[in-house]
Amino acid sequence: MRIAFFRTLLELAEQDKRIHLVVGDLGFGAVEPFAERYPDRFLNVGVAEQNMIGIATGLALSGKIVFVYSISNFPTLRCLEQIRNDICYHRASVKIVASGGGFVYGALGMSHHVTEDIAVMRALPEMVVVAPGDPSEVELATRAVASHSGPCYLRLGRTGEARVHQKNVSFQLGKATLVRSGKDVTLISTGALLETAFQVAEELEEQGVEVRVLSMHTLKPLDSEAVLVAARETQAIVTLEEHSLIGGLGSAVAEVLAESSEVQVSFKRLGIPSGFSSCVGDQEYLRAVHGLSKNGIMQSLRPILSLIER
Amino acid sequence: MRSFKQLSSLAKKIRTHVLKMTHRAKSAHVGTSLSMADLLAVLYGGILRVRPKEPDWPERDRFILSKGHGCAGLYAALAEVGFFPLSWLEEFYQNGSILAGHITHYVPGVEASTGSLGHGLSIACGMALAGRREGKSYRVFTLMSDGECDEGSVWEAALFVPHHKLDNLIAIVDYNKIQSLGTVKDVLDLDPFAAKWKAFGWAVREIDGHDYKAIEDALKNIPFESGKPSCVIAHTVKGKGVHFMENSLLWHYRSPNAEELECALKELEEAL
Ligand SMILES: Cc1ncc(C[n+]2csc(CCOP(=O)(O)OP(=O)(O)O)c2C)c(N)n1
Repeated sequence: MRIAFFRTLLELAEQDKRIHLVVGDLGFGAVEPFAERYPDRFLNVGVAEQNMIGIATGLALSGKIVFVYSISNFPTLRCLEQIRNDICYHRASVKIVASGGGFVYGALGMSHHVTEDIAVMRALPEMVVVAPGDPSEVELATRAVASHSGPCYLRLGRTGEARVHQKNVSFQLGKATLVRSGKDVTLISTGALLETAFQVAEELEEQGVEVRVLSMHTLKPLDSEAVLVAARETQAIVTLEEHSLIGGLGSAVAEVLAESSEVQVSFKRLGIPSGFSSCVGDQEYLRAVHGLSKNGIMQSLRPILSLIER
Repeated sequence: MRSFKQLSSLAKKIRTHVLKMTHRAKSAHVGTSLSMADLLAVLYGGILRVRPKEPDWPERDRFILSKGHGCAGLYAALAEVGFFPLSWLEEFYQNGSILAGHITHYVPGVEASTGSLGHGLSIACGMALAGRREGKSYRVFTLMSDGECDEGSVWEAALFVPHHKLDNLIAIVDYNKIQSLGTVKDVLDLDPFAAKWKAFGWAVREIDGHDYKAIEDALKNIPFESGKPSCVIAHTVKGKGVHFMENSLLWHYRSPNAEELECALKELEEAL
């Protein structure tokens, strides 16, 4: 995902001279092509996230389109009030990009587990929140946030995720992307769990369950229409996210369902229960610990599948 | 206090563990653990009043590693002085382990978890204030990195400590002149560094952070001035002790492969 992002950013920067890249002393092995090609549009502010967001806002209020890049919780939680008051209130064209969503940096410990960012960013007025599902979505999301006129948060995974979409993807901010059709159950996934969601759907297919998979890359504004359609057309909705169960995709979808009077659908949220991880480990390991491996998800789906009429 | 020979041997052990741990874990942040190894050896070799068998001893000196990515070095030091078995070091960074890739208080002897830079000095302020208010004699040490001093929070705390005359607090900066994307000079220059701390009201000493005598002289004479907090600016070399890791940005990221590990261990072994 990181590669797709920087490749796309470079292309965009070539076409649009307003595009700047501001980093907080991070991005080794990734930011160099941009820094070398556009030294006048690149800035490393040092390990100083609060200052970084203020500077980005100032640049944006002077006509620039500013991509701010860092990893983990540093460009979000570390400078939250600057994001709210400076970027969001002024509706500045700053795009916050964070690598390492979820447990990408699992072994690095609590400080590097990115598990509340969506909830926090979603709560901020004006902020558009995007967590693309695979590298092809990253490319399109990067273009989309660049042309959106206000604040955006782009949550990336790591380097080297598989491409999930086989053909050309249709991508629109605020519109879920249909990855796979099905009429029994809908799996709604956000971020890099998309590949796992797809694998779960394939496996269920073999068991005779037809699974619709939606990539909910935009968490805000949420595509409530796609949620309601799924609630009408399928018997169960399950949300999948490498994020806390509080305030993320599951919460957003629950809000839509709870306020709709017409639909009756089984509903389950899969994600990370609130609480710090008691141990460390790589991404695959920590996903499994929290029930987010393919097998873990299959197991959690059992009760809901037993209710489905085929 | 251990002899200089013993300190050197402790530092060598810390470095050896760090290299083996990062090799096994394929983890980054080797350079920072090596640059502070001599500081840790002196601190845990006799300066810090701690009881490894009683990590929660109320009168203990507090030590906070604010540059949490140097955790391999601190885990190694804690294990070497007996806070937990050396065998735990093999668990560093592994699936299911508590020895996280940033220092965590789940591990005995670790006072506070860090990992996001610019938190440690503030936590130290609170502990030093509590100690003073309770009339305790313990001291609070925090070890920071130079890149960390880019953070505004460091300077908020730097203002606080002298204002409250907390002379039971000692801030040590591992001034290895390299941060994440380049040299400190290129990214965000700190110089004149000592003058900044002095202007904020600290008593400051600049030392060679690899010279045991200099480190011990400084840390034995705390506070440098009564009524003032002490700041030790330790001039160090990132990656110290392994020539191909020294002063190299790359070794903020890489971990030694088998061949490099062998080479590095040999160099440590042959050093005086
Ligand atoms: C608030 C925050 N921002 C960014 C990072 C990512 N990061 C880890 S180490 C580092 C800088 C490394 O240089 P320095 O702080 O000087 O420590 P050294 O490794 O040289 O001891 C950065 C930016 C972080 N840990 N915390």
